[in-house]
Amino acid sequence: MSRRRPSDDSDAGQPHKRRRTSEPSEIEERLESLICRVGEKSNSSLESNLEGLAGVLEADLPNYKSKILRILCTVARLLPEKLTVYTTLVGLLNARNYNFGGEFVEAMIRQLKECLKVNMYNEAVHLVRFLSDLVNCHVIAAPSMVAMFENFVGVTQEEDVPQVRCDWYMFAFLSSLPWVGKELYEKKDAEMDRLLSQTESYLKRRQKIHVPMLQVWTADKPHPQEEYLDCLWSQIQKLKKDRWQERHILRPYLAFDSVLCEALQHNLPPFTPPPHTEDSVYPMPRVIFRMFDYTDDPEGPVMPGSHSVERFVIEENLHCIIKSHWKERKTCAAQLLSYPGNNKIPLNYHIVEVIFAELFQLPSPPHIEVMYTTLLIELCKLQPGSLPQVLAQATEMLYMRLDTMNTTCVDRFINWFSHHLSNFQFRWSWEDWSDCLTQDLEKPKPKFVREVLEKCMRLSYHQRIIDIVPASFSVLSPANPVCIYKYGDESNRSLPGYTVALCLTIAIKNKASNDEIFSILKDVPNPNQDDDDGEGFTFNPLKIEVFVQTLLHLAAKSFSHSFSALAKFHEVFKTLAESDEGKLHVLRVVYEVWKNHPQMIAVLVDKMIRTQIVDCAAVANWIFSSELAHDFTRFYIWEILHSTIRKMNKHVLKIHKELEETKARLARQHKR
Amino acid sequence: AMSFGGTLSILRSDSYAELSQYRDQHFRGTRYDQERLLRKSCTLYVGNLSFYTTEEQIHELFGKSGDIKKVIMGLDKVKKTACGFCFVEYYARGDAENAMRYINGTRLDDRIIRTDWDAGFKEGRQYGRGRSGGQVRDEYRQDYDAGRGGYGKTVQ
Repeated sequence: MSRRRPSDDSDAGQPHKRRRTSEPSEIEERLESLICRVGEKSNSSLESNLEGLAGVLEADLPNYKSKILRILCTVARLLPEKLTVYTTLVGLLNARNYNFGGEFVEAMIRQLKECLKVNMYNEAVHLVRFLSDLVNCHVIAAPSMVAMFENFVGVTQEEDVPQVRCDWYMFAFLSSLPWVGKELYEKKDAEMDRLLSQTESYLKRRQKIHVPMLQVWTADKPHPQEEYLDCLWSQIQKLKKDRWQERHILRPYLAFDSVLCEALQHNLPPFTPPPHTEDSVYPMPRVIFRMFDYTDDPEGPVMPGSHSVERFVIEENLHCIIKSHWKERKTCAAQLLSYPGNNKIPLNYHIVEVIFAELFQLPSPPHIEVMYTTLLIELCKLQPGSLPQVLAQATEMLYMRLDTMNTTCVDRFINWFSHHLSNFQFRWSWEDWSDCLTQDLEKPKPKFVREVLEKCMRLSYHQRIIDIVPASFSVLSPANPVCIYKYGDESNRSLPGYTVALCLTIAIKNKASNDEIFSILKDVPNPNQDDDDGEGFTFNPLKIEVFVQTLLHLAAKSFSHSFSALAKFHEVFKTLAESDEGKLHVLRVVYEVWKNHPQMIAVLVDKMIRTQIVDCAAVANWIFSSELAHDFTRFYIWEILHSTIRKMNKHVLKIHKELEETKARLARQHKR
Repeated sequence: AMSFGGTLSILRSDSYAELSQYRDQHFRGTRYDQERLLRKSCTLYVGNLSFYTTEEQIHELFGKSGDIKKVIMGLDKVKKTACGFCFVEYYARGDAENAMRYINGTRLDDRIIRTDWDAGFKEGRQYGRGRSGGQVRDEYRQDYDAGRGGYGKTVQ
């Protein structure tokens, strides 16, 4: 919302857009605001707010029907966490205006078809769920909903289609049942039994090779990491066993039963799932992340079991809240904490579990990692007496299970934990983890602590880390990130290149030009002299060594100093590192100088790639070389490799785009 | 393009990434120019740093929202030492937006730091504008801040 500021008016003659305030768009904004805000904290009850809003909208129907339809369809698609609030609203409108109810259902079906056409499958699920809850609001007749589900489950009979296509239709059916299972079963039990039996046989025959790839832990204890459809199926089976009694979902429409049951229902038109095409991209299968159960909070309310629909609904809704408000961390935290359930569920545990589920999701989290760190900090601010303890408990549990945790997830755990600690003065009960000190340093637990301390140091400084851990942890403490200059000591004067290094040092301090540098370096003998093929500047590892060691040592003070050095002597670098062997050797020397300061190595490699001193292939060769084998399982190596691959990908995309644009321009030229 | 919906304004809300009320009074150009630059900038001003916070620490923290193009430390105009602010420039605007959303208002070196959009670094802007050489806010500060040279300059 743009607020006009005094400064706008004081502009000297600069044209700026004045917002033309036309009435219809103001009214549309007001309607959207009214609809979106219903269900938020209010002095009145939800029921009276819904009643009031239904009255307002009914009165506005003659003039603003299409706008209201559009807004309601959009909230159905984008605010699934408030599903039952809006189905109730639609139910009330349908009771007052049967035609509007019919038009809404038609609009929803159109929207559903469009979503499926453009691969918006996650939003399509919300629409299907919305339609199914409309059965509970007497807007849609149960038999027609069952018929739609019959067509969905029928997709599993299609031949030569990707499994993920059948999976989606199955998921859309099963995941609606917590809301509407009871009603559908009451009206059409035979059909439902048939559907459930077809579901069971599909689930038995489908492939699950993706599961080991997506599990955060390889171990089944204490909580198995289940395939998402298997888990949902167990939950629905249990729901059926409980005679479809579901007690968690808030159902405002129950309060309006007398009004709603007078309403006439609409039949869903027969829905044929759009066929599979080449362009169809279905959602990836998932594994359900579980880290808590009811034993983790013995004092508090009982956490719904892993095979209860309550667990499914809570997790779905919490994920939806994060999806809605990820840009607004305070709002997101507040919305998560005001999730209804009052004292019946251990909400803090659910929230922490859902956040870690996203953070550890493979292959990638839905949102940028740092969002989760900051969101957890906001939650700690809002619940200072309870959430930090749950987080500490979670951290302890994650630590205990490091042995079977996917390495990528361990990396994310390290990044989260070190960043989190840096916001809380690095306070942690490190002694609790003394067990790792007796283990081989390459084992997951001590390795984890080492990497955490290294990351903590990057966010502070070396002495701080020494101070925050018990003395016994010194074996895991990071090295002091100082540079190692091989020509520094008088005692090294016998090293080949020593005198040239001294000469170079003086020259650089006196602001020598690139040409002067080259002439000084001419004096460096080439240990590969015998292999010299006489083509002038061949690969001379000693030249590279003397130059790079000296320069990096002189520029060691900060990143900026080093970057300036790379820029100033770019020409020298390019010449010395012209060959592939040259590039590899430059990287080797950088490592030798800065092996105590992995962060420096990473930023130097990044800069050298960007300024084309080395290329991505050289970095890959260097990382996989035998000289670095001993560091292969240190996370900084993978940080560098991933960063290099990302740069390569971005570059490829960029030039691909340029190629397409040039082709398009050429095509336009030919047309003339 | 969809014939329906679009989005909702509550879901478009992105208050952390919006422009603040602050406008650099030394900016050469109109307010309009300045705001146009701010809206497409990849550069953030970072304030309330400790004088002892290093470029390395800043790089590590701000690197969490994306690849950093450059960090420019703010310097005391007289002493040429760090005086508690810096500029962080990203390659991509989206990365700077994420820094505004998730790094602004969190801690670096135990201090809550503040980030704001900057119209772009120009030579000279790395110096504090206070009379004594540091930042203006440290001229008149009444409280004692061990990470920012103790008491404000006028108090000293």
